[in-house]
Parts: sequence; C-alpha cells; structure tokens
Amino acid sequence: MKINSPLEAYKYLPQTNCGECGEATCMAFASKLIDRSGKTTDCLPLIKEKKFAKKLAELDRLLAPEIREVVIGVGDRAVKIGGDDVLYRHKLTFFNKTKMFFDVTDTMEDAALVDRVKSIANFKKFYVGRNLLIDGVAIRSVSNDPAKFSAAVKKVSEVGIPMIFCSFNPAVLKAGLEAAKDANPLLYAANKDNWKEVGELALEYNVPVVVSAINDLDTLKSLTKTFSDAGIKNIVLDPGTYPSGKGMKDSFTNFLKIRRAGIMGDTEIAYPILALPFTAWMSGISDPVSASYWETAMAAVFTIRYGDVMILHSLEPYATLPEVHLAETIYTDPRTPVAVDSKMYKVGTPDENSPVLFTTNFALTYYTVESDLSSNGINCYLLAVNTDGIGVEAAVAGGQLTADKVKDAFEKSGFDLKTDVNHNTVITPGLAARLQGDLEDKLGAKVLVGPMDSGRLPGFMEKNWPPKK
Amino acid sequence: MAKKVKLSEMTDMFKDMEILSLEGVTIEGDIELDLSGLGGGFDPMLAALLGQENAILAQHFARLANMFGVPVGIGAPVAGAPGAAPGISPALAAPKFKDLIPAKFDVANIAEWTNQIQEVPIGNTSADGGSRGKRVLLGGEKALPFFPDAPMPNRNQVTIDVFDMRLGLAKAVKENYDDVMDNPGEWAKKNVEKFNADMITIHLISTDPLIKDTSPKDAAKTVEEVLQAVDVPIAIGGSGNPQKDPEVLAKAAEVAEGERCLIASASLNLDYAKIAEAAVKYDHDILSWTQLDMNAQKELNRKLMKQCNVPRDRIIMDPTTAALGYGLDYAYTNMERIRLAALMGDEELTFPMSSGTTNAWGARESWMVSSPLKEDSDWGPREYRGPIWEIITGLSLAIAGNDLFMMMHPTSVAVLKHITQTLFGSIEAEPVDISNWIGAEV
Repeated sequence: MKINSPLEAYKYLPQTNCGECGEATCMAFASKLIDRSGKTTDCLPLIKEKKFAKKLAELDRLLAPEIREVVIGVGDRAVKIGGDDVLYRHKLTFFNKTKMFFDVTDTMEDAALVDRVKSIANFKKFYVGRNLLIDGVAIRSVSNDPAKFSAAVKKVSEVGIPMIFCSFNPAVLKAGLEAAKDANPLLYAANKDNWKEVGELALEYNVPVVVSAINDLDTLKSLTKTFSDAGIKNIVLDPGTYPSGKGMKDSFTNFLKIRRAGIMGDTEIAYPILALPFTAWMSGISDPVSASYWETAMAAVFTIRYGDVMILHSLEPYATLPEVHLAETIYTDPRTPVAVDSKMYKVGTPDENSPVLFTTNFALTYYTVESDLSSNGINCYLLAVNTDGIGVEAAVAGGQLTADKVKDAFEKSGFDLKTDVNHNTVITPGLAARLQGDLEDKLGAKVLVGPMDSGRLPGFMEKNWPPKK
Repeated sequence: MAKKVKLSEMTDMFKDMEILSLEGVTIEGDIELDLSGLGGGFDPMLAALLGQENAILAQHFARLANMFGVPVGIGAPVAGAPGAAPGISPALAAPKFKDLIPAKFDVANIAEWTNQIQEVPIGNTSADGGSRGKRVLLGGEKALPFFPDAPMPNRNQVTIDVFDMRLGLAKAVKENYDDVMDNPGEWAKKNVEKFNADMITIHLISTDPLIKDTSPKDAAKTVEEVLQAVDVPIAIGGSGNPQKDPEVLAKAAEVAEGERCLIASASLNLDYAKIAEAAVKYDHDILSWTQLDMNAQKELNRKLMKQCNVPRDRIIMDPTTAALGYGLDYAYTNMERIRLAALMGDEELTFPMSSGTTNAWGARESWMVSSPLKEDSDWGPREYRGPIWEIITGLSLAIAGNDLFMMMHPTSVAVLKHITQTLFGSIEAEPVDISNWIGAEV
C-alpha cells in the first residue's frame, strides 16, 4: 500500500458522506480502506459515476498491497496467495494464509492416486468454530511423459481442488493445461533454461506461473522482470528451499530478503513466494517419521517467514495438524480477538448434579478453561459470556463482564439454574470474584468463587463440590 | 468472407490494443495474412525474423479475434504466411520474449535496529566461583533471530524439566521418565546424559499448599541434590503459588549461592522484591514473568531494575507461552513485538526471553488419543503428535525472538535444537541437489 493515513485516501473519495457504503462519513470509510476492512467497490458513487473513474483508478493503485495477489484454481476452493503489506503481523495483519499443496505423481497407480487426492481434498480439522483444510494438489511429472501427465491431471482435476503442475518440460506442462482447461493451475516452473516456452504457456493459457532460480536472486528478479514486461502478471517466486545445513540457512535468508525488498517497494520482486518443505525427503533422513518431522519443521519456518504457498509430502496427521494450525495462527488477524459463540457448552456428560461455571467468550480463555475441565474429567456446564472476545481480567475491569451480562447470557442460552440442575449454584472465575455479591442478587443463586487459574479447578472441585448445603 | 490484413495494419491495431481502445474494429471470418510487397529473395535470416514477428503478431491477432468471438486456431494463420521460415513454430517464436532482462537484486539492512539485546550468562564455573561445568550465554542479538542483518552471537538453549515429585504427564512424555520420576537427581542426570539438555529446570511443585505443602527447607534439599547430580546450569522454579513461592525461592537461592541459577519467577502478582533480593544477594539471575502483555512486561522489568536493583545482566523475560492452537498467535506476536521494540531502542525490553514450551502438552492435540469430534479427519497416533506439537510451539517462538526453551519430550528437544542450530548456521550437512526434486523418489 502506497498510502497509510485515512486522510490520504479521503482525498480520492466523493466526500459527500452519502452513507451508501454503510459508514456515516467518507472519512470513516477511508479508515476502513486503510486497514483493509473495506474495499473501494463498497463506495457506490465512486464506481458508478464516470467523473470519479480516474480517482478510483488512482486510489486502487495506491491501495494495492505491496505483494501482488495471485489466484490459483477456480470455484469455491480457489485460493489467493500474497497480498501482504507488512513484514510483521502485528503491524496490520498478514493476509491470505500460507496455502498447503500435497504432492502426487504421474507414475502412481490410478487407485492410489485417487485415494490420495481424496484424502487431501477431504482433510478437515475443527478449530475455533471452523474447519482447517488442505488447499490443493501438486502433481509431479516423474515420468516426464506428456501423455502420462495428462492422464494424471485429468484424474486429479475431477476432485475440483486447486492444482500445481510440476515439470520443467514445457511439453508436459502443455499437456496438463490441455487436460484441465479453465482449472487455472499454477505452473511450476520457468527457469533460466525453459523460460521462453513456459512463459509462452502462461500467456497462452492465462495461468499463474512460478519462476525458479535456486539461490540466485539476480536471476530470479531477471525472470520476473522479463515476464512482467511480457504482460505476465501472476508470478510466484521459487528461490529454492534447501533442506539442511548452510543451504537451508541460505534459503531462509533469501525468503527474508525477497519479502523485505517487496514490502519496501521493489515491485520487480514483490510477488508471493513458494516454499518446498518437500525437499526434507531428499535430505537423506531414512525413517519416514523423522522425515515427516523435518518437513513439518521446515513448513513452520516458511509459514512464519513469508512462504505464501508450499508443496509438501507427508499426509500423516502428526505432520498436517500442526502445519494447518500454524498457518492459521500466523495469519489470524491480531486486530480482532478470536471469540467463541456465546452460549452454554457441555463439557463431558454433565447431569443435574454437575457444576455450572462461566467464563468469557474470548477463544483463548474459553478453550483453556474447557480443556482444563475436560482433561481432568470434570463433567460440567460451561457458559461463555459475550465479553466481545476479551479475557476475564480485562473484561471485569472494562465492564464487558458484569452480573447483568452473566444473567443475560444465562437467559439467552435457555439454561435454567433452578430446573436444569439441583443445586442452584454457579462458579465464577477467580478473576471475577468481585462480581459475587451482585451475581447472587441478580441470579438468585449461590455463587462460589473459583480459582484464579482454571488449571486449579480440579483441586477446587475436590474441596468445594458438591457445594455444602 | 475473408478480409485481408496487411502487416502494417496489424501493427497499427496492435498499437491500439496496447491502449485498450478497439472501438470500431470489426473482424469477420477467417484471418489471412497478406505479406506481398515484402519482395522475394531476401536474406533468409531476415525471413526467419520476419516469420517470427509474423507469428507473434498472428498469435496476438488470433487472441484479439477470439476476444471478439471469432473462432481462430492459434498458429493457423501463420501456416500460409509466405515469409515464415521453415522450422520456426509459433511456440518457439516466443512473441514477447527475446532475452532475459538482466537484473540485480539488492535490499538494505534494517536501519532502525540500533540496540543490542543484553547478554545474560547462566551458571558459574569454577572460574566464576561456582561448580558448573559450563556456562550458558543468552541474548546479545542485534537483529531478529537468524536474520542476516547482524550475526546472532548465541544459539538457542534448551533446559529440560525435572519435578520434585511424581506427577501426571502426557503418556508420550511420561514413558521417557517413568524410571526416574521419584528421584530428581537421577531425573536431572538422565536429561543431561541421555537427552542432551543444555540446562535443567527443577520445579518445586510439591511446595504448593494444595499439593503436598512441603517446606522451603525440603525444597532447598532437592535443589542441592540436583546441583550435585549434574554440572550444567540450572533453573529453579516454584510451584506457582504466589504466597508460597517467594519464601521457597528465597531459600532455594540461598542454598545455591554462587551457582548463578535462573530463579523462576518474579511476577507482578507476588512478592517479586523478596525473590529479586535473594537472587541478587546469592548471585543468581531472575526470570521476569508476565502474561501476554508487553506493557506489564515493561513494568515488571522496570520494577526489578529500579526498585530491586537487579543488574541488567541478570534479567531474563518470560512473556508467557500459549500452545499451538491455544493462543500461540498471541504469544508469538507478543514476543516479536517485545524483541522488535528492544532492537529499536526500548531499554526496558532489551533482555533475552524464555519460553515454557512444555505448555504445548496442554493442547489436546498433543495428548488426546483421538479427536473428540466425529467430523475431524483422523488424528493419527498421539505418540507422534505430541512431540511435534511441542516442537512447532517452540520453533515459532524461536523465530519470534525466544532464546531459552523449557521443554520435556526428548524428541522435541532433539528436533528443536537441530532446526534452530541449522538456522543459526552451525550445522554442517552434505549439500543436496534440489534441482531435481520433481522427479525425486519418495
């Protein structure tokens, strides 16, 4: 982004405060543009009225992220990579989390290929109210045979998730493109030997393309410059990912340098970066568990430091679970606290004798309390009170957690302390102890003050549950 | 209804296309190139070049035609072009490409990183007046970890946990320690000799009034036992009980006098002054622990320095580790912000950092047999899931700026050390030719 204050963006807006974007003023809308929570297309006059066309174009140019956005695939599962404006997530947030592609080869037996592609496409891990997914399939042409590659591409494309075509042979890539017309795959890769032919394919089929120059940033930049001059916009960079020793340190350094240059305004290298944790399997580690671990560690390094898309091999859950979780972690917007639904949750299998607790709907607090309870086998009811996603201590201090809010949350959840349990008792977090008296009045229930840390709930329960009459 | 187009006309149209205004152009039917007028018998090289140029133009023209809904086969028009030299196909003609445009990549270092992180030693050798076999150095960085802006002087260090009593641990962890869990000295020895620990952390959890309520004197005995058993530097942790810890840690500091242990922890919710006083008096470092809040961290560090007169080279920060999937996003960002602020001149934050990486074992993905949710894909065997959860939690924080890791699983320790030392640049390995990765047999 070339501008960073709402005032600068405001200059390009109609300045009529018409409210059509949903904001009361153009200035308020300008701040949304700057923090990227709003888009220029939300300003109807700007896009509809001809007299604003120039301003719109200029504003779009100024607001465009430093790192170009590239789309791979089509339809619901198409993925977008790149689009970042900062080097550290707390400065704004990172956009478009790292996309994970798992490999198949064009030499695999049909049944095995289909199985593997399905398990990639169907992978699902529940996390904070959503599912974490695997993004796509990278098809490696081990055969180097256009016909074989074409056949593999046909099978993979039936599943409908984004693809990366991997070959340095333009004839193989072309066969793949012919087999999956309109699937918008990412071509891997153009290098200093085949760039003319691969570049031509990228133009002809209008698909994104990787340029590859291993540990040679001058050549990498030369390739992007040449492609960009020829009208290729959707470029992804492969500076090489060495799996071990000093080579890996070099690769890490290259990723840092490329992203830093891009964010600082070197538009010729400001493209998304592809990482290849896959190379862990070439590092000479003999047992598959260790290789998987190493691949996962490499994936973590390049998820944090600027890998936008990566190709991996191990589909073992111990490898994929931390990979998808870390991508989510690094790309979660630090500007908005993660919250869970405000409602009554059951932990284990509670009955009418079970304790009733409440906490905040701040996801971190909620999941901590919930896992402290469930891992200790405490069957109970746990109410998540809507505190706008703020933790207990801060919410009590800031007035987001009050006796009224707790009462309101009970009512909305449909849980009745007098009939759903036989003890009419509620346990408050220790950090909300000061609400005790007020809560007893508002809820008409007995209120116990729990420990300061939910990790101490087991000891607390031993002493205090069931409550003394 | 064929319409003949001259080369010059095509070039003109092309010019138009560049500025995206093609109003008024109509194209109907097949496209034929008429190159008459170029004359015959000219230089074959020129013919080849012209052929290439034709192919380029023809392709773009065909695309253009396609845009207007005229079905055209790419390359088809070229076939009849008399000027085209044999053997030059449109694919090779590479319309927009001639030669690689040369480029030089360059990027500056970060100028704002002006401050150095304080270097803090842990452990006194005989030369320092203690009995440790080695001393561990933390901090000293002038850039984010592993960044090329400045060399990173000290590698990451791992201290493996020992508890002063048998306790419940995740199965994958416990099976490594079952034989030594009743003997802190043996436990410490195993961590060093078998699992390659750089340091040992002894957690005095039995002192918690809610656990065994053992006395500070008992705790001190355990500390002595561990100091005898191993000669690596040690960290001494309390039970986490804010009433009891100051008393327990002060006593532990006293019996470990002169060994330069890391006393864990001073925090804002207990009598940090008492702990800090004992640490300084008996020649130890102090762990300044706050909960995911950079401003609280500044406040506590300030209090330790100004109120308690703790020298700068005795402070290590623990800004709290939340596990992967359970708040690591906050822990990661908190540490990265702290380290960046320190590098850019915030003197209240220029200290090495420590992580309670063991917290990763609180994440259900690390210890639960299988997912409690039916919709989840298979979680696989937990024996392999747990260690990697601890590795990724720690590794992320290593990249954010963390220097010291308190860990538990031997595999986690080994992999974390290997990857951080690889990024540090101290691991030698056979170079791998990755250019052929596409065809690699895996």
